[in-house]
Formats: sequence, structure tokens, C-alpha cells
Amino acid sequence: MNKINKHKMRIQILLLKSFVFASIFTITSCDTDETQTVANFTNLVMADEFDVEGAPNSEFWNLDIGTGFDGWGNNELQYYTDRPENVTVQNGLLVISALEEDFNGSSFTSAKLITKGKFSQAFGRFEARIKVPGGSGLWPAFWLLGENDDTDGWPQCGEIDIMEYRRKEPTKVSGSIHGPGYSGETSPQGQVTKSYDLGNARYDDDFHVFGIEWGYQYINYYVDGVLYNQITPSDVEVMPADIVYTLNDGVAATDETEAIDPTDVTGDWVFNKPFYIIINLAVGGDFPGSPASGETFPQNMLVDYVRVYKQ
Amino acid sequence: MKNIKFIYSKTMLLTGLLFVITMSCERDTSVQSEFATLSKTGEIFTDSPIGLGSDFYFPYLGSKATAWSVDESEGYESYASMRFDVPNANDPEGSYAGGILRVDGSGRDLTEFDALTFWAKASQGVVVGGMGFGQDFGLDKYQVSETDVSFSTNWQKYVIPIPDPSKLFDERGMFWYSAGTQNTGGNGYTFWIDELKFEKLGTIGQPRPAIVNGQDLVQDAFAGIDLELTGLSQTFNLGNGFNKTVTVAPSYFDFSSSDPSLAFIDEYGIISVSNGTAVITASLAGVVAEGSLTVNTVGGFDVAPTPTRDSSDVISLFSDTYTDVPVEFFNGYWEPWQTTLSNDFVVNGNNMINYTNFNFVGNQFSDPTVDATGFSNLHININLPEVPSNLDLLITLKDFGPDQVDGGGDDTTQQVFFDGDDFVAGEWSTLEIPISLANKNNMGQIIYENVNGSSLTELYVDNIYFYRGN
Repeated sequence: MNKINKHKMRIQILLLKSFVFASIFTITSCDTDETQTVANFTNLVMADEFDVEGAPNSEFWNLDIGTGFDGWGNNELQYYTDRPENVTVQNGLLVISALEEDFNGSSFTSAKLITKGKFSQAFGRFEARIKVPGGSGLWPAFWLLGENDDTDGWPQCGEIDIMEYRRKEPTKVSGSIHGPGYSGETSPQGQVTKSYDLGNARYDDDFHVFGIEWGYQYINYYVDGVLYNQITPSDVEVMPADIVYTLNDGVAATDETEAIDPTDVTGDWVFNKPFYIIINLAVGGDFPGSPASGETFPQNMLVDYVRVYKQ
Repeated sequence: MKNIKFIYSKTMLLTGLLFVITMSCERDTSVQSEFATLSKTGEIFTDSPIGLGSDFYFPYLGSKATAWSVDESEGYESYASMRFDVPNANDPEGSYAGGILRVDGSGRDLTEFDALTFWAKASQGVVVGGMGFGQDFGLDKYQVSETDVSFSTNWQKYVIPIPDPSKLFDERGMFWYSAGTQNTGGNGYTFWIDELKFEKLGTIGQPRPAIVNGQDLVQDAFAGIDLELTGLSQTFNLGNGFNKTVTVAPSYFDFSSSDPSLAFIDEYGIISVSNGTAVITASLAGVVAEGSLTVNTVGGFDVAPTPTRDSSDVISLFSDTYTDVPVEFFNGYWEPWQTTLSNDFVVNGNNMINYTNFNFVGNQFSDPTVDATGFSNLHININLPEVPSNLDLLITLKDFGPDQVDGGGDDTTQQVFFDGDDFVAGEWSTLEIPISLANKNNMGQIIYENVNGSSLTELYVDNIYFYRGN
């Protein structure tokens, strides 16, 4: 019981903090086979085409409200609401709008949709067609969390980031995984991540399809039908259970101070179990930085569809 | 003449022959009347000038004409680049470097590009005045300017985005630059530019055009005047995630007036004001521009009396009646003490000098100087909107002497003072100043000065000319 409480603290502090290190600890795995077919899974099991105007379909989606703890662990600036100003379905699109307004002590509002308790799945092809907003200091994301996050905590639950974007790098998105020993909080192993650069185009100009095809012991990442990464357990550096690991504050962690059982710091592959879907538009935070002064608001993240397939 | 198509089918050829045979008296225009295809070349200078023809570099007036050259020993990943030697400020051959690269011949079709790009470095870290494209010494209709371009001593890539490529279907102005020594204490330096070309990057996005510097400005204006819309810019987010703002010529914008019958704006950003109130807004390539100008008409402006003297008795510096001699400036913006600004305008086709925030200001006409020998008077029309009770307006006439330049110990001046009795608020006064200078064969300046601290801030000036008295 005590341990679970401790874990919950860690969850609150660390949940999403993983994104922080997206560009710092980069382990690429180009050497894994990149020439295979992009997507093989074709049995559609869940799809929201966003064809019904109004609030998002409650059959699939819950809306997280508030600021979480410490800006969802990332010093994010927005207050998430379920108001139609922040989230609505219109013209066949899910529209998540970041607004600049004073709201319950925050300077911005936005929305975060999660399928927790409504839809989760182990393995499969998770795909969404998204147009990211063009403003600075925004953090649109399409990602998955292990459905055991409440009981086992983060990063033990595992996190699969299918798409994260920031205007600092308008031609790139990144796909990452976070897990025990490679959460992004620890060294030497950071999160496992790779970005995909359009090169001669930018993401905020148009819709793009972001997806993973995920099976036993592997996750394939693709953008617009181009496979750009495969992550397997071999990409995750296994750390001895008795290693003294340091947090990013440079202080050696102990069982007492960090409330994580050293046996969890192993680099376990934690992706052979069900995950749920999250789509959100954060404002500010450590990954994108704050919006430039005078930035235009509202800023809209548009989602044409979310589809999940099984093999 | 070269755009003859060689892919005629045999049938057509036969038919054509038949026509030639049977209707040879008819003039065949089908080939000749095709539009010439303009070059879609993007490169301007890679290791040598590309497709510019033979006569393409045109230096600005007053700049050092030899500033531009091709350097065969420096280059970005090559052995040649364009070299620009910015002279010392006191260089007798020119105090700065500046000019345009213009295609010698037909313009280019640049509609498929989205930016002018180049690599550059300098002999020292330096912020250069400005550069861009779209200057052709013609209308400069699609000029784009980036000001304060920072060069380092290492090669770096620079991107100047095109506000709306669809406008550049026939452009001759490939590049322009202006570089002085304001930021280097008058000391010259060198910079190099290589791989200068128009490119399709695809990574330029988030256009944010602006007029009036993005402000919503309300301005009073006289009926009948022409106002120039200013503060035109376009901001893009570049592929590196940074924003870039460039100054943009009016013709890139689509302007609109809330009531064109009250204030009409043309494609050059000139607003013709008739009466009432109208709001000027704009868009660029379909994106609404930030900022607006609300024009409030405040009645008519009485123009100065039209001069009636015979033109053979007049040397005119500023009038719409006579042909003016060359004048270098009507406001020299003399630093650091001058506060006077110019808000010159045109009212019903009549050009008007308008000095605001006035303390002193000068007109200079020394290139060449004016030989006023035999001309007895200087004529000036001045209108003061308000006449302070302690008005003391000094007008100084300056002859530059045999050296024909300001200073040098041979200048002579004549001072004439005017007070409140010489003016009625809002009405034109005609000043006929008898010239008492012994030598007036090298007249070079007229200086207007508010002396003894009166509250005079604004004046209108027209019809500045020397004339022969009877």
C-alpha cells in the first residue's frame, strides 16, 4: 500500500516528464530492418472519423481536466477543459484549440483526450491523420500509455509517443518510447527516440498520417507511409539491478529518495500489454518552450481520424 | 525568334505547306505570336554569374562603383564567390557599397521558388544595412528588403523569403545590397556571397503580413492629399524554427478601403483622400494583414499661390510650376541635434513640403551648386498652422564658395529673420528675400531654424525658387 502511494507520487511528478529529454538522449536504431512493408495490420477494431458534430464521442474519449501536477510534470502552461471552445468536432475534424486567457490561474486553456477505461489494446496499428498548429510554444502529441499506469506507475507502465511536434523544428516530428531505465529521467540510457524530417516541407502546412505498427517485441514508426524507425528490446539498454543510477539533478538515487525499487531499473521491455490512447495540445512546457510574445491565439490542432487495427 | 516548335506532325507540315502554296499571300502569325518563355533559372551566382548577361551590376549613386568583384580565391565549398569591398567612410570614390544585380535582358519566371538564399561571410563580424531582391531601377514593384543582416567570419546560409512567388513571373531585379560603415566606426570591411539563388525550400510557413507595422492607426488628413501607406512587412517561420520578417513592396498586397469613394488606395499603397472617414486594410496572398489605417479627413488644404513669373526668370528648387534643378535633399536629417521630420504630401497634384517636430532643417542643392548671379531674390511660400507670439524664424542662405562643397572655409551666408508679423496662422505667406550675398554663384543650402525657443513645431513650404527682379 505504502509502495503504491509512493509510486503515485512518482507518477504525478514524472508523468509526461519523459518528453523533456526528447532531444537530449537520443538512441537511434537505424540498423534494425527499415525496408519492410510499412503496415500489415488491416483488421479495423476502433475508428473515430470525427463525423458527428459536437463534443468528442464519449464511447471512446474522456477529457482530462486541470493542470495535473507541476504542469503535467513538464511545466506546461495550459489548463485543460472540456469546454467546446477548447475541444469540439466540426466539419469532420476533431478541433483542439489552445486559447490565451486567464482561466483558474492559468494563462492558457486547451484539451486532452484519453481513451483510458474505454479503449485499450495490446499490439496493433495505431494511426491518426493530424494537422499540427503553426504557433510557437505548442506541443501537440498523439501517444499511448500502459493501462496499468495507476497501479504500477510511470515509467514502469511504459509510454509510446507516436508523434510529438514543436515549432522549433517545423520539419520534424519525433517518435519515442519511455520505460523503466529509459524514461528520459535517467542516464546513461535515455528514452529511445528518433525524429522524422520532411526535409522540404513542414508539418504545420498540411495533414500528415502518423502511426505505429506494434507487435510482440517490436514497434515500427511511420509518417505518411514512410517507415522511419523500428524499436525492439535490443534498443533498450539493460541495466544491472544494483546499479546506482542518477537523476538529471546529478544526485545518486537511492531506494529511499526516489521510491523506485532498484529492481525496476532494468531496461525491461514493458510493451507486451494493453495501452490506451492520448491526444492533446499542450502550451509551453520544457519541450517546446513558452509561446513567443505576441503569438497568435487560438491555435488549432486538427485530427481527421484515429484508427486502430489488429493483425 | 527561337521559340519555333519542331514537333509538328507530318500531317500538319503537309497542311502547312499546302497553305503556303495556296495562300502564300497571307501572313502566318501562328509561330510569331506565341509568348516568349521566360527563364526559370534560380541561380544568380554560383561560381560565376549565371544567366545575367554582360551588363548586370549597377552601383548606387554615391557608392563606390568598384566595390563588387568576383573573388577567385574565396568561396563556399568552392574557389569563387562575389566579393564586396565596403570602403572607408572617407573614401573619395564613394562612402559606401551598394548596387543591384539585374538581368541584362528578359526577366525571369521565379514563381516556382519560395526564397532567395545565399551563403555569406565577412572579414569581421558586422551588421550590414540591407539586401534583398526586386530592385530593377524601374518601378521596383516587387522589392523585398531584409535590413540589418548579421554576417560572421564563417560561412553561413541566409534565407530571404518571397512574400508571394506568384507575383514574380517576370522579374529582373535578382539582388540588391547596401552596406556602409555606420556600425564599424567608418572603417571598411569585406564580405563574400556565394551560392546566390532562388530556391524552393518548402520549409517556409506561417505567413503573417502586416501594414502600418501591425498597428491600428488613426490619421488625420487633408481632403485631396495623397498618403503613402507604410510599415509593410511579411513575417515567415523558416525551416530552422526562427521567424524572419522582411520589408515588402506595396504591390505584393491586395489593399482595400472601407469606402473607396472617400479614400482610394492603389496597388502602390498610395491613398487618395477625398473626404469623410475610411479604413484601409490589406491581405497578402490571401492572408489578412495585421494592422489598419483609419483616415479621417479634416477639411481641405489650401495650396500655395501658383507662381506667375516667367520661367526664364526663375531657378526653381521646389515647385509644381517650374522645372526644378537637382536638389540632394529637402531634409538632411542632420544628426544628432535635428528633430525635424518630413511628412511631405501631394494635394490635388500639388507637392507640398511638410516639416513636423521642427527645430531646424536644411535643403541642399550642391550637386551641382546653383549659380544665382543675376538673380536678385529668393522666393518661398510658408504656411504656419499656428503662429507663436514669440516666433523667430531664421532662414539662412549659404553659398558654398569656389570649392562648391559645404565647409572648407570659403562659404558665405546670409541670415534673414521673420517674426509673428510676417505670418497669419493657416495662411500662406510669400517671402521674397533679397539676396545680399556678394558671391552667389555657388549657392548650396537653405536652412530653416526656430530660434529663441518659440513653440513652432510645424510648417508647410512650397515654391522655393530664385528669381530675377526688375
